[in-house]
Amino acid sequence: MSAAPGAAGPVLRAESLVRSYKISRGMLRPPAELQALRGVSFGLDTGHTLAVVGESGCGKSTLARLVTMIEPPTSGRLLIDGHDPAEGPATRRRLREAVQIVFQDPYGSLNPRQKVASILGEPLLINRRMSAAERREAVAAMMAQVGLRPEQAQRYPHMFSGGQRQRVAVARALMLNPRIVVLDEPVSALDLSIQAQILNLLVELQDRYRLAYLFISHNLSVVRHFAEAVLVMYLGRVVEHGGREAVFASPQHPYTRALLSASPTADPARRGRRIKLVGELPSPLHPPPGCPFNPRCPLANERCRIETPPLQQLNGRLVACHAVEEGRAD
Amino acid sequence: MALLEIRGLTVEFRTTLGPLRAVDGLDLDVEKGEIVGIVGESGSGKSVAMLAVMGLLPRTTTITAERLAFDGADLLSLSTRRRRALTGKAMAMIFQEPMTSLNPCFTVGFQIVEGLRQHEGGSRRALRARAVELLEKVGIPAPEERLGAFPHQLSGGMSQRVMIAMAIACNPQLLIADEPTTALDVTIQAQILDLLVELQRERGMALVLITHDMGVVAETAHRVSVQYAGQQVELREVKALFADPRHPYTAALLEALPERSSGRLLPTIKGVVPGLRDRPPGCLFEPRCRLATAHCRAVPPPLAPAGDALARCHYPLFEGLPQNHPGTAERAS
Repeated sequence: MSAAPGAAGPVLRAESLVRSYKISRGMLRPPAELQALRGVSFGLDTGHTLAVVGESGCGKSTLARLVTMIEPPTSGRLLIDGHDPAEGPATRRRLREAVQIVFQDPYGSLNPRQKVASILGEPLLINRRMSAAERREAVAAMMAQVGLRPEQAQRYPHMFSGGQRQRVAVARALMLNPRIVVLDEPVSALDLSIQAQILNLLVELQDRYRLAYLFISHNLSVVRHFAEAVLVMYLGRVVEHGGREAVFASPQHPYTRALLSASPTADPARRGRRIKLVGELPSPLHPPPGCPFNPRCPLANERCRIETPPLQQLNGRLVACHAVEEGRAD
Repeated sequence: MALLEIRGLTVEFRTTLGPLRAVDGLDLDVEKGEIVGIVGESGSGKSVAMLAVMGLLPRTTTITAERLAFDGADLLSLSTRRRRALTGKAMAMIFQEPMTSLNPCFTVGFQIVEGLRQHEGGSRRALRARAVELLEKVGIPAPEERLGAFPHQLSGGMSQRVMIAMAIACNPQLLIADEPTTALDVTIQAQILDLLVELQRERGMALVLITHDMGVVAETAHRVSVQYAGQQVELREVKALFADPRHPYTAALLEALPERSSGRLLPTIKGVVPGLRDRPPGCLFEPRCRLATAHCRAVPPPLAPAGDALARCHYPLFEGLPQNHPGTAERAS
């Protein structure tokens, strides 16, 4: 890979990304505005993994759509390899090759009418000038990389198990030598024994190709194993962002703490010591004023209900919480 | 006498490729007031076995058992009418996807009252009051208003609460929960599991929890049955299972958990679960087992006592060491 301008900095940088959608409420009422992302910033280095965790409606998937340039941000800036996709269609086209995605459901993300050879060859057919023979060779090489046998190239997706399909999806994402791969819950549809195989494959490929992973997941034990840095999101905002050890060993934000204590661990001795969160995620259409977490937060006070906490450096990571800032969280 | 007795339960589906044995000789007793976890990967027959108990499988299915009894009544010889009187009343079930388990065309109130009217009867007003009480019990805010809500107006967590309300409406002795929290977010999952355990304790109900999540089992169940390819491979008290698994499959599953590993690469179980046509003649786990011998390949092991457990293995593990194992010399390649 040639040294691109700006290769010194992070390969992916997000600056105050905002994305809102207009929700139609019928003919007579004005459309409502849903802010799915409300100013998200982070950086991701080559060869590293950043995990994005949070519950449904927190904006994880919207973030994936922005980073893969499926949608432009409403405001804010995305820098991939030092370039902004908003520069123009030519830049966008080039950058789209550098960012690829693996989806959660390997049953839905592969075309059932295409053979594996054609699924893997298609990105090359569209983006590269290669002869059919060269494409076949590239496909065979990639299949070997992800642990598929050469004769499987002539099979259809339904002839594979879930784990093998996910291998095909990973291979497809890597066909154009991307620098960044967005992994949107890549193992949550898989059985436990298969999950370990796919996670290992992703680790090996990352080492081999120096890939940067944006790893979206709700499974915290997988995140702890897999990612170096963690971004915890709630209602479209980042509430905590830090290194794996900092976040898992001493979570600061009350939401991160609740999330960690709510996820079940395979240890019968740990039973019953959970922080109970009352209520559910508020609708993103009507976010609460002040801190988005205040209606469910055990530490919320008057200030939390009025003033939105900024994301600031506290105790060795970034946290957006008044209670942590004031030292009320311990 | 156990509340639910299952001996040698076998379920077969007719397929174009021949009979598919989804459950293969399951033995399981569920006592009153007990939480039994059934864990296994997809295709291990964990849901099908419980659907057979509930009588919810299609008629084309062949269900055989030496004994399948609920509270002393033999379920296989029971008349359809008597069986229907049991299902939904004395034993109830909740499913993985609360959104699709509820009928989208009827209000929540109607669906809760439906079962009550069928099994217990009562005036409209009395039934309505019961429904409100139930919704309150499962922690739904403003239950009176929610009675008139349609399923699409509820979140996933709320729908699952409604499902639970329907299931416990007739005070069942046995509640079967099939992956009740798989479709839900972590914090909601914790709420629903707490609710189930609380209801179980309060009512002395037996709870069968089907799941693929080792964490969920560890935190809720008293006893655990581990299933593999339609067979039970280990039956155990929960703490002992996680501390010192007897069957190599259980051991390998626990090792593959990211939270139990220290290295960058996880220990894996090679290969996949055997399908319909490639079932090995001996032990079903043999092709994937690191301890397999020629004996394992030839002779299927029975479910036998191994210390404090029942394990389906010729060489059950104690403290990670296989018993009576011929050693590496005779290990099959």
